[in-house]
Amino acid sequence: MADIGVNLCGLKLANPTVLASGIVGISKASVSYAVKNGAGAVTIKSITAEPRKGHPAPIILTYEGGMLNSVGYPNPGIDNIAEEFSNLKSVGAPVIGSITGKNAEEFAMLAGKINKMDFAAIEIVMSCPHTPGYGTMAGQSTPEITEEITKAVRAKVTKPLFVKLSPNVMAISEIAKAAEKGGADAITAVNTLGPGMVIDIKSRKPVLGGKIGGLSGDALRPVAVRCVYDIYKSVKIPIIGTGGVLTGEHAVEMIMAGATAVGIGTGVYNRGISVFRKVTREITAFMKENNYSTLEEMRGKAHEE
Amino acid sequence: MKNEMPVTVPIKKVIDEANGIKSVILPYRLNAKPGQFAMIWLPGVDLKPVGVSYQDESSFGITVSAVGAWSKKICEMKAGELLGVMGPYGKAFKLEGKNIVLIGGGYGAASLMMLAERALKEETNATMIIGARSSDCLIYRERVKQLGLKTIFTTDDGSFGEKGFTTDVLQKILKEEKADKVFAVGPELMEKRVAEICLENNVPCEISIERYMKCGFGVCGACSVDDEGKRVCVEGTVFSGEEALKIREFGKYHRDGSALKKEFGGKK
Repeated sequence: MADIGVNLCGLKLANPTVLASGIVGISKASVSYAVKNGAGAVTIKSITAEPRKGHPAPIILTYEGGMLNSVGYPNPGIDNIAEEFSNLKSVGAPVIGSITGKNAEEFAMLAGKINKMDFAAIEIVMSCPHTPGYGTMAGQSTPEITEEITKAVRAKVTKPLFVKLSPNVMAISEIAKAAEKGGADAITAVNTLGPGMVIDIKSRKPVLGGKIGGLSGDALRPVAVRCVYDIYKSVKIPIIGTGGVLTGEHAVEMIMAGATAVGIGTGVYNRGISVFRKVTREITAFMKENNYSTLEEMRGKAHEE
Repeated sequence: MKNEMPVTVPIKKVIDEANGIKSVILPYRLNAKPGQFAMIWLPGVDLKPVGVSYQDESSFGITVSAVGAWSKKICEMKAGELLGVMGPYGKAFKLEGKNIVLIGGGYGAASLMMLAERALKEETNATMIIGARSSDCLIYRERVKQLGLKTIFTTDDGSFGEKGFTTDVLQKILKEEKADKVFAVGPELMEKRVAEICLENNVPCEISIERYMKCGFGVCGACSVDDEGKRVCVEGTVFSGEEALKIREFGKYHRDGSALKKEFGGKK
């Protein structure tokens, strides 16, 4: 029997699948539901300083290449989540708390507060492509700002710290290095691609309520695999390979690019909430057919000459 | 897999149903099953989940009460103006048994009309109960007559039909006649009462739960309910009474656009 357990910065995952931030994840119940359906770890929707309603709908569309989302961080705000996300042991898998802020100071404030809560690890997001004031729209995806924010958060966080990066940059390896230098324990790569836009030609209006949205799913996967491949070469810390992982084969591809764990988001749409169990089963089947007994034996194998 | 992308069509017809309640008919073959819903896009404004209240081979209709920005605008629209359609989504009602009771509170009756029409076609003995605050808010008074659907109207103030609640009529029916299954759509406290009454009387029931929804197909999590985390848009909106009573927040609270809890009938 193949061993598919993962030790991610001390977090014990029964399998390498991680619910990516932004998909369900709005409450303890919704992340528990992903665990019940096989997720090895789960990430909550990103929390901001104040409550946010997010962008008007439609917030999620699909097209031939995958999915476009313009969710815009709906969440109750950092001061309203402690009760919701308490006693997280009952979830049955590590729960990663995600935060996003407008600048290093706000990130540090959020980090100080979320570090006191029950989460197993903290993920910081500087890479949303479609929300004014945050992520790439606030110019956060540069090596300098990535290091500055990571450092500021690191000073407040005693738990494993993951930094989620944008694929929409010239050299993602430089940004990963900056995050590592700033004190990150792992890199989550990547956020969505774009942003993109769809216009309804009858009403002559952009369809997404936020007008622009990040691409995920099939369109994102080759970009995400390349990003993970580049990051694996440039840093020593583990990578949660995220972007278009819909099947076990896709997960193995990510692992061979260098990922320690794999994030799944759009797959929840393509294959239902049980995508985690399905992907895990497919990874195991691949390992059996190809005589791998641990994930470690496959990790980074695409780098061998 | 079909794309989740609105298809924009011109409104075919607008029907005045009651005070502040209108139906719009859209020339789009939705192919919804009774109980399923559509996401309706008002271009440039918002997208909302709505039950399907009319359907034929080439069109379908929704019934909307003017309460928020989206619904007020829809209620002002005229034939020819554009709306976008996504769906159908969600689970359908399961029509079973010879004698059924359908209960629509407020414009909840909208989500039951397709089921009522199906029941009539299959010669199931159906009794409809439609309740509202007062006579000017009652919908489908003419429609049920034309369909030949046995209907009991109730109003809180007694201005039309029986004075009192739909659940009072349900209790009377369950005491006097045999009902094989009950279906209910309406305010959540009414739905909870229906589920409890049916449980006490050992009659199976199905209800349709409403939650704040943003995508409609199980990705955004806005409609995930405590404690299990089922997504109302995918695992519902139709639940059996037993399933509904297991949902901890059912009849107690729901979440708003920021996922903050709001109690039914209260503040918080």
